[in-house]
Amino acid sequence: MTGAAATRRDVAARIVAAVAGGYAVSNVAAIGLAHVLPLPRSDAVMAGILTTFLFYGAVVVWCFATRTVRQAWLGILLAIAAFGALTLPGGFELP
Amino acid sequence: MKGGLRQSMAWLHTWTGLPAGWVLFFVFLTGTLGYFDSEIDRWMRPEAPLAPPALSQVDGLALGLARLEQVAPQASRWTVFPASGRDVPHVTINWSGGTDAAGRRLRRSETLDAATGAPLRTRATGGGQTLYQLHYTLHYLPRAAARWLVGVCSMLMLVAIVSGVITHKKIFADFFTFRPRQGQRSWLDIHNLLSVTALPFHLVITYSGLVFFAFTYMSPVLDATYGSDGRDRFFDEAFRNPEIPPRAGAAAPLAPLAAMHDVAERHWGPAPVRTATVYHPGDRHARVVFRRTHVDPVSNGGRMVFDGATGELLERFDRRSGPMVVNQALLGLHEGLFAGPVLRWIYFLTGLLGTAMVGTGLVLWTVKRKAKAATGSGLSPSAIRVIERLNVGTIAGLPIAIAAYFWANRLLPVGLADRAAWELHALFLAWLAMLVLPWVRPVRRAWLDTLGLAAVAYAALPALNALTTGQHLGNSIPAGAWAVAGFDLAALAAGLGFGLAALGLRRQWAGAAAAGRSGDLVEPTATPSAATPLPEDAAG
Repeated sequence: MTGAAATRRDVAARIVAAVAGGYAVSNVAAIGLAHVLPLPRSDAVMAGILTTFLFYGAVVVWCFATRTVRQAWLGILLAIAAFGALTLPGGFELP
Repeated sequence: MKGGLRQSMAWLHTWTGLPAGWVLFFVFLTGTLGYFDSEIDRWMRPEAPLAPPALSQVDGLALGLARLEQVAPQASRWTVFPASGRDVPHVTINWSGGTDAAGRRLRRSETLDAATGAPLRTRATGGGQTLYQLHYTLHYLPRAAARWLVGVCSMLMLVAIVSGVITHKKIFADFFTFRPRQGQRSWLDIHNLLSVTALPFHLVITYSGLVFFAFTYMSPVLDATYGSDGRDRFFDEAFRNPEIPPRAGAAAPLAPLAAMHDVAERHWGPAPVRTATVYHPGDRHARVVFRRTHVDPVSNGGRMVFDGATGELLERFDRRSGPMVVNQALLGLHEGLFAGPVLRWIYFLTGLLGTAMVGTGLVLWTVKRKAKAATGSGLSPSAIRVIERLNVGTIAGLPIAIAAYFWANRLLPVGLADRAAWELHALFLAWLAMLVLPWVRPVRRAWLDTLGLAAVAYAALPALNALTTGQHLGNSIPAGAWAVAGFDLAALAAGLGFGLAALGLRRQWAGAAAAGRSGDLVEPTATPSAATPLPEDAAG
């Protein structure tokens, strides 16, 4: 594979990670926050939703800052796991 | 990526900015004009009196109700906007309820003449409202598609802002750097200057723009917390929509709104009511809901609910929880409805800075790629050819398209069917023509032609106004009709600006040609000095 083709593949992989990973992290983060914030449910959901674009932007930057694409995905999966854990029992009950 | 954080961020800045650039230029420019939407409305409805009689809110409510009783006695809901300043200059009413012959729910609105109480008869026009709404409706696209397209572009904008700031090592020192007449360097300096000056504005506008449709973009959050059928429940809880009891079926006259207005004034201060909505008018279970005028970014959440039959205040709602205040503040700051004249001008000018930031970014991108393509590296020449022509047709062409909207307002026959729609067709047809022009003219010629045409299109608007309506600066200024006079003056200023840009560019190119240099829109031959590498040089 030529250098240019490898670069193109690398960039394409980062774009996929940024777009899909960013969307996943920002939604899971908002859902996790909505579960643990000590607020009435609608306020907690609103607070979560307001933060989504922060997380999305951060993940995009992350995906283009890491040395390898594998690292980018590792960070995304860790973030999803961490925010996802907030929804486990112990947070408040879903309706 | 290879080459360190700053360089990968430079790459990200470059490649998030470009694909969204033309849409963002459109969004920024039409959105910025929205800060003067009412003034544009006024100019586009020349039949309205230059100096309408001032009407108190109590009289405005009475005027609106009288008209509603006459035209919509059967409606299930009436709304009156008593005149409340620049945003609502005329008493406006709307109503809904019942269905038409085709079974569609009826919803109608009228703007009333304060002197007679009858509908204000003006030409059919989209006015400033439709013009600014273009920045999220994109007009020809289905609603959902437009929202998503604008959302994706806004997200790219957000990433471009963040990565642009990270890239920019010496953001403060460079702010004071301007190296004129150095081609690429000058474009970089001016792009930095425009971007950094209004950085907080760009950030807030972009982020809050995303928040407007956050429930659409991030719907999985609502699905996961309220269930996929729980959206309405969330909105009821979050926005505390007032509970309206069902119709009683027994008639009762509506209690006087003047007394309710007194209550509102006591709590909220003078001219407090933006809208008064009557649910079940004439019924014993009628409810009257007042919504507060925009006096600051968060005041528009204020609401009072009265019993329509007894006039008793049932509920007053001012205070919101933290997240709701943040949401309200972001949306309020984005719309700027609370802004007085000085702040409104600041909004408008920073919006233009944002538009210019996007425009200079696009030009800088093209100039750099051309320099690279000339050495055989980088993008293919045909791709650059397309991008370069899109730049001319959008950066200089879109302003012409907007001017065409104003020209159509004056020149289309008043009796034309679908007149308001044709104003918008004129806008987009003119834009299309401007996008085609650079393909039949050499690009540099096209820049000069388009800028020159923009100069004429704007500078002649006051004359067109005078010829078609008899309104001109000689009578609008003495009458204190600043919306009309301001529009004419702003059009003259825009014409002057485009004219100076065309002349300056021509002189620069003539000079470059005489000196035997290639002299592109800026010179692609300008070599960045080794001491201060261009931030975007890393990749791309």
